[in-house]
Amino acid sequence: MALFGNLTDRLADTFKNLRGKGKLSPADVDGTVREIRRALLDADVALEVVKEFTGRVRERSLGDEVSKALNPAQQVVQIVNDELITILGGEARRIQFAKQPPTVIMLAGLQGAGKTTLAGKLAKWLASENHTPLLVAADLQRPNAVTQLQVVGEQAGVPVFAPEPGNGKGDPVKVAKDALKFAKQKQYDVVIVDTAGRLGVDAELMKQAASIRKAVDPDEVLFVIDAMIGQDAVATARAFQEGVDFTGVVLTKLDGDARGGAALSVASVTGRPIMFASTGEGLGDFEPFYPDRMASRILDLGDILTLIEQAQKNFDEDEAKKVAEKFATDTFTLEDFLGQMQQLKNMGSIKNMLGMLPGAKGMREQLDNFDESEITRTEAIIQSMTVQERRQPKVLNGSRRVRIARGSGTTVTDVNALVNRFDQAAKMMKTVARGGVPQVPGMGPIPGQKFGGAKTQPKKKGSKSGNPAKRAAENAALAAGASGKPAAAAGSGFGLGSKPGGPSEEELASLQKFLGR
Amino acid sequence: MAPSWSLSSALKGMFSRATIDESTWEDLEDALLSADFGPDITDSIVDELRASVAKYRTTDPTDLKRMLRETLEERLARLDPTLHLSARPAVVLVVGVNGVGKTTTIGKFAKFLTGYGRTVVVGAADTFRAAAVEQLATWAERGGAEIVVPQQQGQDPASVAFQTVERAVREGIEIAIIDTAGRLQTKSGLMDELGKIRRALEKQVEIAEVLLVLDATTGQNGLSQAEAFIESAGVTGLVLTKLDGSAKGGFVLAVQERTGIPIKLVGQGEGINDLTGFTPHVFVQGLVG
Repeated sequence: MALFGNLTDRLADTFKNLRGKGKLSPADVDGTVREIRRALLDADVALEVVKEFTGRVRERSLGDEVSKALNPAQQVVQIVNDELITILGGEARRIQFAKQPPTVIMLAGLQGAGKTTLAGKLAKWLASENHTPLLVAADLQRPNAVTQLQVVGEQAGVPVFAPEPGNGKGDPVKVAKDALKFAKQKQYDVVIVDTAGRLGVDAELMKQAASIRKAVDPDEVLFVIDAMIGQDAVATARAFQEGVDFTGVVLTKLDGDARGGAALSVASVTGRPIMFASTGEGLGDFEPFYPDRMASRILDLGDILTLIEQAQKNFDEDEAKKVAEKFATDTFTLEDFLGQMQQLKNMGSIKNMLGMLPGAKGMREQLDNFDESEITRTEAIIQSMTVQERRQPKVLNGSRRVRIARGSGTTVTDVNALVNRFDQAAKMMKTVARGGVPQVPGMGPIPGQKFGGAKTQPKKKGSKSGNPAKRAAENAALAAGASGKPAAAAGSGFGLGSKPGGPSEEELASLQKFLGR
Repeated sequence: MAPSWSLSSALKGMFSRATIDESTWEDLEDALLSADFGPDITDSIVDELRASVAKYRTTDPTDLKRMLRETLEERLARLDPTLHLSARPAVVLVVGVNGVGKTTTIGKFAKFLTGYGRTVVVGAADTFRAAAVEQLATWAERGGAEIVVPQQQGQDPASVAFQTVERAVREGIEIAIIDTAGRLQTKSGLMDELGKIRRALEKQVEIAEVLLVLDATTGQNGLSQAEAFIESAGVTGLVLTKLDGSAKGGFVLAVQERTGIPIKLVGQGEGINDLTGFTPHVFVQGLVG
């Protein structure tokens, strides 16, 4: 549903007239809440959940202290994101194993939700965690569901208990009971019971599921639900909660492009945690559920958290602190610049990193035009300088520049451009370091920001200084454990890679929006 | 036990009021949204009804109910839901995402056709999912149809499809239905495979119908599915399944309007006879009551 653009863009539109005011009036909030409501409905979040949710967001938007750091749109989205994560559950819960094996896991859900496939995935995952799972074919309804489970079990290398041929024959309750005995006998420590798909409104089949539950007394009952499900998620989830009282939820088919609002609906209505996500047809496509990432997905914010994680993993805090000091004391040199750049390269493919950013869908083309070798070239230029030149760019006269150009296989123009860019950036940083620009507490360096560099958009002074400011604050926070304090930047936000096809100002702006926390 | 939600019950409160007021409109909007019509279609229906109510100066909720029914019916009836199976053999390709009920639909469709005295062969071109071939075989047997199965594990689906049509031509079977593996519309490689199956079939005969199976419980993602399948498989008609549950499948209206592809069949149960042609009147009746 990219048709409407993502929520961020839409909210940015709502707040267009508000820029500079920095305060939320009830009317502003109402406009925003309408947009959020629409975004959530587009993402298939159930209406009653949407209503409750937007009500809370509205309250908080009006009630919360106006943050000096974030603009109104950012602030509201921040609230929305927080609330989403709260509902989706803070931490993903793991399976609780029984003290006395076997642990019994029962799967339930609508037809076609992906129970049988999931049974295989779960079994394979458990086997890889040194358990000895046993699959139980208690779906005797759907034609050849038993055969399917047998094939899946074989692929997963897990035994299948299937005494009945299925296709409408046999008693699933008895199968489940026998399976338990069998497991105890043969010492399997986890029993996974695959049940027939059933509709929430089918009282008879629901009763059957309840009897299976009673018969095997499972440690976990997992409700398997398709990420594509619409408004019906609530009715279905309620019916299953009443029928089999599930203990956890598994979201399947997340590899599609559904935004998965169902996750929110189910979690919110039943209060049960979402435990796993199934993301493909291979038996290995199975992972624990990350509430924060799902929140971003529902709002179409991109996988910024993965990005942040990656950036943080690769970013050397000490280095950052050192650089920050240098800015403050005006001793930032090309050498440090080089160091920064090398860190950036460590983070892996820049294209990949950018792809994870919100709004990056539209940037794909530009990403393809972006040449990573630009960084390598800049690196080469700096490496062709003597130590003295790196520390005191002032000494770079004409003949030195010619030498550097030759040494790095570039032209004098390239060298000049780099030096100029460095000068400008250093100057800017100084301003920032002295607290010239409002601070935004938030995350560390985002490589994408370097696009905002001097050359692409020389007139964009604001955005240029905005990014490093944010990084500065973050780094200061990291280093000093205090936030909001003006500090020097440690980012790599200089105009390297000044490609004509770089992202536009809006994209940068949308990127910035989510750096906060 | 199941707290089954239904549009009609959601609407009941609103139509039992004495006059149309703001809360009526809110209830209407909520009811439509809850039936998966999606924000866009909901807005447009509510606007349309508001205009008619203003035009006819009515304040009676029963009028509004009638107008709602008419609007929905009219919108749904804009496209022709007839299946075109006059070619011999008439080849029907069935596509859709995973778990929407393609194989089940084929079984019911085969039964539906044999009930009219047609001879049917089904092709098990879902060579991917475990036991899909066996599942189809069971349905084919119930539906009284012949079946063509892959000769070896993991055979190219296009070749199974080709052999199915070949057999239909050779034995003079009137209708050939090809089952395909479920695929998410985001998997471009798998979507391209559908194009290949199409090309393989078209070497022998024109394809009569390409049916996209949509699950009524699906939400707004149904649109994305339809658009992707139309692009790569050339869908000519929609099949809406699982209408026997509490989901109403309102998103199909958006799909139909956005893509211009009509709904042709409706599945409403696991029994072999639970497949019918699409009639807007009945559909709306179930929706509005």
